[in-house]
Amino acid sequence: MSLDPATVRRIARLARIGIDESDLPALQGELNGILGWVEQLNEVDVEGVTPMVGTGHAALRTRDDVVTDGNCRDAVLSNAPDAVGPFYTVPKVVE
Amino acid sequence: MSYTLEGRTGTWEIVVGLEVHAQVISHSKLFSGASASYGGEPNTHVSLVDAGFPGMLPVLNHECVAQAIRTGLGLRARINLESRFDRKNYFYADLPTGYQISQFTHPIVGEGTVEIELSDGTVRHIGITRLHMEQDAGKSMHDQDPTRSFIDLNRAGVALMEIVSEPDIRSPEEAGAYLRKLRQILRYLGTCDGNMEEGSMRADVNVSVRKAGEPFRTRCEIKNVNSIRYVMHAIEVEATRQIEVWEDGGEVDQETRLFDPSRNETRSLRSKEDAHDYRYFPDPDLLPLVVEQTWVDELERALPELPDDKRDRFIKQYGIPRYDASVLVAEQAIADYYEEVAKGRDSRLAANWVTGDLFGALNRTGRSIQDSPISAQALGGMLDLMADKTINGKIAKEVFEDMLETGDSAADIVERKGLKQVTDTGAIDAAVADVLARNADKVEEYRGGKDRLFGFFVGQVMKAMAGKANPAIVNEALKKVL
Repeated sequence: MSLDPATVRRIARLARIGIDESDLPALQGELNGILGWVEQLNEVDVEGVTPMVGTGHAALRTRDDVVTDGNCRDAVLSNAPDAVGPFYTVPKVVE
Repeated sequence: MSYTLEGRTGTWEIVVGLEVHAQVISHSKLFSGASASYGGEPNTHVSLVDAGFPGMLPVLNHECVAQAIRTGLGLRARINLESRFDRKNYFYADLPTGYQISQFTHPIVGEGTVEIELSDGTVRHIGITRLHMEQDAGKSMHDQDPTRSFIDLNRAGVALMEIVSEPDIRSPEEAGAYLRKLRQILRYLGTCDGNMEEGSMRADVNVSVRKAGEPFRTRCEIKNVNSIRYVMHAIEVEATRQIEVWEDGGEVDQETRLFDPSRNETRSLRSKEDAHDYRYFPDPDLLPLVVEQTWVDELERALPELPDDKRDRFIKQYGIPRYDASVLVAEQAIADYYEEVAKGRDSRLAANWVTGDLFGALNRTGRSIQDSPISAQALGGMLDLMADKTINGKIAKEVFEDMLETGDSAADIVERKGLKQVTDTGAIDAAVADVLARNADKVEEYRGGKDRLFGFFVGQVMKAMAGKANPAIVNEALKKVL
């Protein structure tokens, strides 16, 4: 699998990363390098092998349904660049 | 009797599938310990997990899993003992992490089915494709400021169940029936309150049209429709639009649209080509969810009786028509009320009073069954007075109205107003003699063969006795004399 410049541009747009046209060839080379490296895994025959999701056979932990958190609005808003009263604000988004 | 739309080039049928987002009833959120309750002060039901702070890790709420499994069982669906959480990536201001944790490739619930009943009595089965758990997003407010949108994250991270139907729905009426049935099942199970006005149940509607016998054509998705009536309108409006596009020689584009009820139209919402490129991948913060069959069995044993089962039992146990049974199981509280009234009494008469006079009274007074001015015991007490012939059916109506107004028991009202039915044959015979004497001409006609006049005599005697006479005794007395 190899990425063309259009695909690299599209991935950047989906990730909201602005890139310069002149950076495209370099990025394309790096991404293709990564893909090629990962593709080595395809050489391993895993036919009939159950996917392994961890080493410890750990099960997903769950919690009881009780309220233990929240009510910390100041902390929640502490990094907001433009909070107004109890709200975050962002440049207007209307569709 | 199938639903079709007429175009210039012939008859079209519609194909609809629904994705319903149902907010799970739980105390805390799906992956954080913040409160999941509705209506808190802005940004107070928010933890640092919900706000997407770096390093925060999600921990799954056990009860939300139980709720999803209960719902799956209620939809007669397959429960997947192993399921997974994936990240659905998109950027929006009310999604702080930049991804929604959802279940994409391995949902917790697989195929199921919902039985719906249409107004003409037709029964159809709508397939369920899947049910998965996911997080709700926050709320954006666009009307607070000219240049900024305000964000409240109270709802961000609350557990949702997305319930996806097969494209089995063929008319707006079926869509409405499906949503009502789904809401009924969720409410019976106690897994979602089904309140569409508060947004705890919302529907995305997939609509396409086709000529009879064709394969599916391109569909459009109408997002976030928040009432059953709007869903039904939106389907019709969108199908009509698509027929026009096809008939004008155009192509329907697969896209997301918005229904505007005030203009009765749908319009394109996100024309961006990337709108559906969510780049799903397994959430590395969460291991696969494995549940034990024994736990599923335990949850199944604890399920309440579901509406379809209850309806079938009512038909059998109480000998009432299917229609009445369906009406009585519409809400669990109504069914409980009815069963209390019917217990040890004439169950058909009880059904008539509950679905007739009681529902009428509730409608008139704008009350629900939970705060009915006449309790089940009180209505039962009135039926007892009818059963032991203390009052007749006509007087019962009067007693019922009085109960509605005063809240007194039927027995007290009968006592206070002196409504006890007269079974004293002497008094009735006297009234009969009096009526016949005053209507000698009609007696002649009756005896001359005008049988219909019998009803007139009964009416006159009842009137003379202020409605309190036992109708059976009056009939008998009249027959004897005539």
